[in-house]
Amino acid sequence: MNIIVCLRQVPDLVEELEVNDDGTDLNRDFLKYVVNEFDDWALEQALLLKEAHGGTVTVLALDQPEVDNSLFTALAKGADAAKKIEGDSANGVSSHTAAKLLANAIQAMPHDLILTGVQSAEDLDGQVSALLATYLGVPHVGVVTGVEISGNTATVKKELAGGVMAEFEVTLPAVFGIQAAKQAPRYAPVSKVRAMMKEKQIASESVSDGNEANGLKVRRMFKPASGQHAEMIEGDTDAIVERVMVILKERGILK
Amino acid sequence: MDVLVYIEHLNGKIADVSFELLGKGRELADALGGKLDAVVLGGACRDLAAQLGKADRVVCVGGLGEFNPSAYKNALADVMANRAPRVTLIPYTSMGMELASSVSAAMDLALVSFVNNVAVEDGQIIATASVFGGKMFAEVECDGAVILAALAGSFSADAGKGAGAPQVEELQAAADGAGIAFKQMIQPEAADVDITKQEILVSVGRGIQSADNLELVEELANALGGAVSSSRPIVDNGWLPKARQVGKSGVTVKPKLYLAVGISGAPEHIEGMKDAGTIIAINTDPHAPIFDVADYGITADLFDVVPALTERIKAGSA
Repeated sequence: MNIIVCLRQVPDLVEELEVNDDGTDLNRDFLKYVVNEFDDWALEQALLLKEAHGGTVTVLALDQPEVDNSLFTALAKGADAAKKIEGDSANGVSSHTAAKLLANAIQAMPHDLILTGVQSAEDLDGQVSALLATYLGVPHVGVVTGVEISGNTATVKKELAGGVMAEFEVTLPAVFGIQAAKQAPRYAPVSKVRAMMKEKQIASESVSDGNEANGLKVRRMFKPASGQHAEMIEGDTDAIVERVMVILKERGILK
Repeated sequence: MDVLVYIEHLNGKIADVSFELLGKGRELADALGGKLDAVVLGGACRDLAAQLGKADRVVCVGGLGEFNPSAYKNALADVMANRAPRVTLIPYTSMGMELASSVSAAMDLALVSFVNNVAVEDGQIIATASVFGGKMFAEVECDGAVILAALAGSFSADAGKGAGAPQVEELQAAADGAGIAFKQMIQPEAADVDITKQEILVSVGRGIQSADNLELVEELANALGGAVSSSRPIVDNGWLPKARQVGKSGVTVKPKLYLAVGISGAPEHIEGMKDAGTIIAINTDPHAPIFDVADYGITADLFDVVPALTERIKAGSA
């Protein structure tokens, strides 16, 4: 079974984010990029399936900032091959463009199952998993928390609200947008990642430009009125605790 | 210029977010001088249509079973091709998000996701989206037909409810669920604790760092006479059962006290707790979006504050 996992680099949300001079996008100059967390869960799901059924796992990504690190880490975790798609992706890529480029690349690769994260921080114009499936002309299920394979059929659990799940049988090839897997993404020790950098190559290719003009223009990006709605409680631990006690009593939560 | 609203329903009940979109859709249709259509796929449509008074027309598509991503996408695309709405409003939910993206690609229509506001300015449609985990808002100019996937809790559900007599049109789904077969609904395991019935919740997020540290939060919850809940990552890691999850893919809670410990406040979490009586948030990041909905904020270290608060409560009132 040939599994492809699509990874996307996103700004690290733990960091301070600033708006660029134009006021229409993030200032991406000194941003730290990390792999989209949900794509990491998708990789974990792929590795679990490979362990259960055999086959190969190929990780595929656009050539975005710090993507090599993410690809080598995936190899260190057990992926068999890594490929990146060249192009001008330094300033963020829309979901539609990313999906088109990925679809063009995947069409030329053996693919039985394609996994990617359910959503990402860059999803202003929608989710790659569903866009990708539609461009490839294959079925899609999103918000997936469990995948099982039997022959040419996948059985997936899709999370709805309140813990309710819908179970589907899907004919492969298909794309699933992964929310979670049976176990959390495994660790790859830094030494192993470094070893991969020495031993393995990331294949690279250009695909025909899939630049999707998506009919949208961001006229303004801004930090939400730091509705610093919250009254901040200052002081040392004791002062904070005393203030909380007063609030809890005032509001009838503590007698 | 017409507006189309996708009505999400499950087990015969219309999701509240659908009423939110109906209310907003009414406002937009009026501003654009067009009609408001509501589309219901599957379900006992005639019964559901009776609740959609704010719409001018309801399209019922029969011959569809439970939610099926392929079949529903095909049915929705057919209705949209037929009606050619200027704006299509779809809830950003588990079902809605993938419908919105699939239809956008299938029909080559622009899509804005994570929408929390929509306005018409000088005939132009401006959608505001909450992106980068809620840390940034983007105002998007939507020229031409557009699909807007909107976050639950963005608009008033009451504004979408009300009597009316929309025209109802009944259609049959043309295509089948290509490649996808619905098997069953799986209900969540009986919860040891129903967090929606708790008056006091101490809710834990990634800031707790490890499962071992959950003890701290449990002791505080006990001291307060409440229960522990959490954000999604804690449940995905298997540290707490699904029944404890607050948020878009968990449950919505309205306790008297919601104490958010080490939770950043991503939109999907906020959706599930923003209407709590008193919200106190502890997070070392002063820019954490949780402070936008909290009544009180603490940026000190939870590993100092939580145990100290537990001790103080146990010691009784001064």
